[in-house]
Amino acid sequence: MTTRIVELRRGILKKNDELAAGLRERFTRANVLVLNLVSSPGTGKTAFLELTLRRLTGQGAKAAALVGDLETDNDARRLAASGAPVRQINTHGICHLDAEMIGKQLENWAGVELERLDYLFIENVGNLVCPSSYDLGEKIRVALLSVTEGEDKPLKYPTLFNSADAAAITKIDIAEPCGFDRELALKNINEIRPGIRIFETSAKTGAGMDEWLAYLDAQRAVLKG
Amino acid sequence: MHELSIVESVVDAVTETAAAYPGARVLAVKLRVGVLAAVVQESLEFCWELATVGTPLAGAALVVNKVSIVVHCAACGRDAELDGVQSFRCPNCGELAADLRQGRELEIESIEIEEPDASPGNALVQGQEKK
Repeated sequence: MTTRIVELRRGILKKNDELAAGLRERFTRANVLVLNLVSSPGTGKTAFLELTLRRLTGQGAKAAALVGDLETDNDARRLAASGAPVRQINTHGICHLDAEMIGKQLENWAGVELERLDYLFIENVGNLVCPSSYDLGEKIRVALLSVTEGEDKPLKYPTLFNSADAAAITKIDIAEPCGFDRELALKNINEIRPGIRIFETSAKTGAGMDEWLAYLDAQRAVLKG
Repeated sequence: MHELSIVESVVDAVTETAAAYPGARVLAVKLRVGVLAAVVQESLEFCWELATVGTPLAGAALVVNKVSIVVHCAACGRDAELDGVQSFRCPNCGELAADLRQGRELEIESIEIEEPDASPGNALVQGQEKK
């Protein structure tokens, strides 16, 4: 018997990475800014996105959303009230979205052409662990954290916060009764992802949304080159 | 908890590679897993047993080599290994360092196979030979 070592040096998620690279190329060609929103369940991703879509469509921008959940189309129905085209992805138990699911949703999306969109938002399944491994072809990954979750969330889930391009603190309208330590939260995010842009928002009062929309606009301008 | 799907991807990739070595048995599969890969080693090992039952990889060992975090510090211009994941500060100068150079790896490094002797057409081009 002879034993030998065969080198593979291959990414375990190679298939997903290749599909995501293909999507990214498509998004770039279509000139659409794609964002992947990631947080725990209950952070308020849907409310944040709902207001974002409302504000963008109100400005005449063309935005659409894909929203992932294990079950139900509740979020899609909520988001569709903004007037933006929305598609629900039910993963039926899978704890994250992957590039293949995104690619499938983009096929035969009645009334939606990537080339005519300015923004595509992907609301990931509520989970702060697994989505960090799966590239969806997005340009910007946004990690969200609500004031009710504790300032040390970035320290508890560093893999996800470290992979983010921007962060949003949500529900700041209830920061005070929650005893939320703003300085500490900002410091913790910055320790894990130095220099990241952080938005302090409330979907209820609209706080921080002007800054967030200005950021989206600037990122889209960069995309157009 | 996506370790099972990760392990399934490993099983598929290794089965594909091993098919090029007819009659060979896979003894071990070595992975490189970054500290920031969001993968738990114990879960991988647990899933490995489940996922390899009834496949050509049944009984093969799973070896997980951890890959530490390395950042490039803009302030002192050096690469530095971090002790943990609680702070991305350069251990040399204490400045925050955003430039990640290593730590997200999630890859199959190599497999160790055992081949029957005198297997035709299996010229040894790479790897080690042991008795």
